[in-house]
Amino acid sequence: MKLTLQIWRQESAQAKGKLVSYPIDNIDEDMSFLEMLDVLNESLVAKGDVPVEFDHDCREGICGMCSLQINGEPHGPDRRVTTCQLHMRMFKDGDTIVIEPFRAKAFPVIKDLVVDRSAFDRIQHAGGYISVNTSGKTTDANAILIPKENADKAMDAATCIGCGACVAACKNASAMLFTSAKVSQYALLPQGRVEATTRVQNMVRQMDLEGFGNCTNTGACEVECPKGISLENIARMNREFLGAKLKG
Amino acid sequence: MSNSVPSSIGRKIIMALSGLFLVSFLGLHFGINFLSVIAPDLFNEASHFMGYNKLVQYVLQPVLVAGVIIHFLMGFVLEIENKKARGPVGYSKYNGGANASWMSRNMILSGAVILAFLALHMYDFWYHEMVYKYIEVAPEDPTRYLPETVHKFESITRTGIYGVSFILLMLHLLHGFKSSFQSMGWNNKYSRALEGFAKIYAIVIPLGFIFIAFYHHFNQLSH
Amino acid sequence: MSVLDSKIPEGPLADKWTNHKNNINLVNPANKRNIDIIVVGTGLAGGAAAATLAELGYNVKTFCYQDSPRRAHSIAAQGGINAAKNYQGDGDSNYRLFYDTVKGGDYRAREANVYRLAEVSGNIIDQCVAQGVPFAREYGGQLDNRSFGGVLVSRTFYAKGQTGQQLLLGAYSAMNRQINRGKIQAFNRHEMQDLVLVDGKARGIIARDMVTGELERHSAHAVVLASGGYGNVFFLSTNAMGSNVTAAWRAHKRGAFFANPCYTQIHPTCIPVSGDHQSKLTLMSESLRNDGRIWVPAKLEDAQAVREGRLKPVDIAEEDRDYYLERRYPAFGNLVPRDVASRAAKERCDAGYGVNKTGEAVFLDFASAIERYGKEKAYTSGIKDPDAKTIRELGEKVIEAKYGNLFQMYEKIVDQNPYKTPMMIYPAVHYTMGGLWVDYNLQTTIPGCYAAGEANFSEHGANRLGASALMQGLADGYFVLPYTIGDYLSNDIRTGAIPTDSPEFEQAEKEVRDRIAKLTSAKGKHSVDYYHKKLGKIMWNKCGMARNAKELEEAIEEIAALRADFWENVNVPGDPNSKNAELEKAGRVADFLELGELFAKDALHRNESCGGHFREEYQTEDGEALRDDENFKYVAAWEYKGAPKDAVLHKEELKYENIEVKTRSYK
Repeated sequence: MKLTLQIWRQESAQAKGKLVSYPIDNIDEDMSFLEMLDVLNESLVAKGDVPVEFDHDCREGICGMCSLQINGEPHGPDRRVTTCQLHMRMFKDGDTIVIEPFRAKAFPVIKDLVVDRSAFDRIQHAGGYISVNTSGKTTDANAILIPKENADKAMDAATCIGCGACVAACKNASAMLFTSAKVSQYALLPQGRVEATTRVQNMVRQMDLEGFGNCTNTGACEVECPKGISLENIARMNREFLGAKLKG
Repeated sequence: MSNSVPSSIGRKIIMALSGLFLVSFLGLHFGINFLSVIAPDLFNEASHFMGYNKLVQYVLQPVLVAGVIIHFLMGFVLEIENKKARGPVGYSKYNGGANASWMSRNMILSGAVILAFLALHMYDFWYHEMVYKYIEVAPEDPTRYLPETVHKFESITRTGIYGVSFILLMLHLLHGFKSSFQSMGWNNKYSRALEGFAKIYAIVIPLGFIFIAFYHHFNQLSH
Repeated sequence: MSVLDSKIPEGPLADKWTNHKNNINLVNPANKRNIDIIVVGTGLAGGAAAATLAELGYNVKTFCYQDSPRRAHSIAAQGGINAAKNYQGDGDSNYRLFYDTVKGGDYRAREANVYRLAEVSGNIIDQCVAQGVPFAREYGGQLDNRSFGGVLVSRTFYAKGQTGQQLLLGAYSAMNRQINRGKIQAFNRHEMQDLVLVDGKARGIIARDMVTGELERHSAHAVVLASGGYGNVFFLSTNAMGSNVTAAWRAHKRGAFFANPCYTQIHPTCIPVSGDHQSKLTLMSESLRNDGRIWVPAKLEDAQAVREGRLKPVDIAEEDRDYYLERRYPAFGNLVPRDVASRAAKERCDAGYGVNKTGEAVFLDFASAIERYGKEKAYTSGIKDPDAKTIRELGEKVIEAKYGNLFQMYEKIVDQNPYKTPMMIYPAVHYTMGGLWVDYNLQTTIPGCYAAGEANFSEHGANRLGASALMQGLADGYFVLPYTIGDYLSNDIRTGAIPTDSPEFEQAEKEVRDRIAKLTSAKGKHSVDYYHKKLGKIMWNKCGMARNAKELEEAIEEIAALRADFWENVNVPGDPNSKNAELEKAGRVADFLELGELFAKDALHRNESCGGHFREEYQTEDGEALRDDENFKYVAAWEYKGAPKDAVLHKEELKYENIEVKTRSYK
């Protein structure tokens, strides 16, 4: 395949960036999208140019490190996959592909396509845990019975990989799907109920402080989420939050 | 974040509540208006009640005005904030149509059209009422409402503007009404039915308004 | 007398850990506030250790090269975690878990460590549940178990196919709690470049801020290395792209012995390489071998035709297929252990029977499972005379319910429908049992330098059993290291903060700076990946699934030559004082180029076949591994002496007092 790539190049956080066009040839349709970028970078290195920086690690869709807005969609046109699992057979010979970093005020660009998603970590610091000591003896695991349905729902929420596609897809750059996934996981489990009231308030406060936008229920996040995290989680968080506020 | 500024979820809930309030007002409004087609006398009676009842005039009317103002102001404030949340550089290519409906992405557009329409509508009816009641202090006339209303739809331009505005209202409601349940945290096995109801409501009510406008327009032509 | 002191406590096996905990020194809570600990790596072992140490009161600094601790590669583990809870009442016990692990490791693991692992395994599950890890449940609300390869009981706890992710996020949440308390300072996008020793003790590290390129000095009273395995020395592996040996290798060069580097686990069911562009390999869960039958064409010309796309696998008649595992191992069939299955696949492909473009793939076929399940389903649904189509449809549904997500993943990657045509699989490097040598306290041969998780060598011997890696990482991090490190730190309560302006830090930083300058100034003709791929080819062809003395000797020569060429001719473009992925890779590959040589040297010296190490010269008549307990029942710990080929061997003899050493047979 022969393609034209339009890639966002930006030397540093402070520098001004721009889209740069790169023609690329001999792309095999069995390649993953990131392997296609590897090929581009090899050719740039061979020419003595500076290769394109992009985040990636596990390349099997679970670590959440890879990002990229591809032709206007986070993780590209395929569904339920991350960029590392996106394959070139989704594109046609002669296509022009626009590749940009995830854009959000809370995700500043570090270099080229690499963005800083530490805002997500800070939301988790604010309450994404159960306050139980790791070094102490806890009760036997089976002493806490959990209905299968709740355990399964908690698991579905917990599969969030923290990639930031929800923020990138949302026209408001809202982080509600990400935050609600963690709030939901714990809200559904008896272990998590103890701190539920303070957790949801602290996490939402931090989310707002980071400068994410407001949720207007467009549902783009759910469609683009590589793990299919459901909008139900946002509703649950709204409910939890309202309940927490009413409790005072 | 200080307590005086509501959190993002707080704002979401305010939008939902004010929106739901306006939706229910819309239902009432439609109900009374529809009387002008099926029972003109009843329409006059109801209009007169709404215009002169103290509770409606001094309690509900201000609440409604406040609801409208809050919903619009909050809508614009959120829009500005949300634009800022994207950051200093936007996408050069953003394929919003791939993952969200046109309605959900353009609430501010449909909202702005509805606001403009509301200005016309207030000028047409509310301003006239205020002048009639409080400036000219004209006598109560329980039969004047139907002729006044019908008269407004004489012009095809105005009728057309009303028609277009109701189409945008429909688009606004198609996302807004069902979205308010999600905002309030209502997402469970009953939500599907509720969303279905919201969808029907969002289509039927604006179509009904359009029907009324055109009914009066064409009706007076035939007279 | 060996220089290695494993410090295994006295007493009966089952009491060793308890006695040890009762007798070691403790640090009182007030003094813990004055002690700093560095943890490198934030996977299961590092994340769990950091959280627990911070909770105890130590000041912890964590380092990871990813943008968040949550991305460590522990996250990719699929199957589950073992624990001797005996919730199923099927006779499980600490001893049985201990026994299975030692036997699975082909009698090359340390008894006392493995027993301790079994002992704390149950507590891991308690801990994780308390933290909110959503393990799978039964309808009654109790925890569910599944069984895994090589054992006779159901002791594996799981969270769908994402157990590693959920356990890691549990450890990450425990870390978050301590970060919120200010007890952990997390340095993300930071890579350790060197270990700093002061008076022979580990007292800090030099780290590179991967965003600004700045070199930073961080001091501490102890350093914990939990930086994972070194499978990426093969270039292609199931490891993450960034997984590397640098932290461990730097420690090795500073005096930590490196143990058993040649023990590598090659997993039989991975998606095969599709071309030269391939950057990494994807694992398909071992559970597929429960229902899939592995085969290649029996005729060479058929194999050739399949490779060239002239013949479809479904058109090959039953009698023209070679179900080679069932043929060679009638007792265990397709369910032989990982090392055996991998070698058998390689043997067939080497003989010319491979079935994909590159000739390195075998079929994993679900057709007979689909038919069997389909018939069963038809029967139980009351369909008397089902036609072939109905059977197929019903069977596919059953398979989908069991393996749907794996089949979907396969289809996304390979673009073939595995319900209609057999899957293609091939072995891939997956886990490294070798690592830094540690004593019972998890301390390396450098005082104050500890190693945990896959980075150390300890519990798995020469082969790791499924669902045991997660168990070991968390056991080390939550329950072992926090105790044992206190014994060492109790001598440091009066030391005070370690200054970073000492000559030792000065010198270490200078060395790192010079090394980076050397890498970036070469400006040669080849990219870093060019060298990494070449190294990978040597490793895979000569130090892979089957090894022999001649090729290992060649490998040692070739790697040394490649390393010299690398330092002369590597091209690392871009600014070292900014985010620079090429420079990051270059530093890692430079260390792999040294480790690879030691790996080959270790494999060459071990004149036996055991677990993941198979030497062609040491096999039985029918091609099975031939262990030599007489001469090689020891841990090979290598001491760095200037070049990998000069490394000095130290032996830690393994004693088996509670278990009878036997030969593994799967016939």
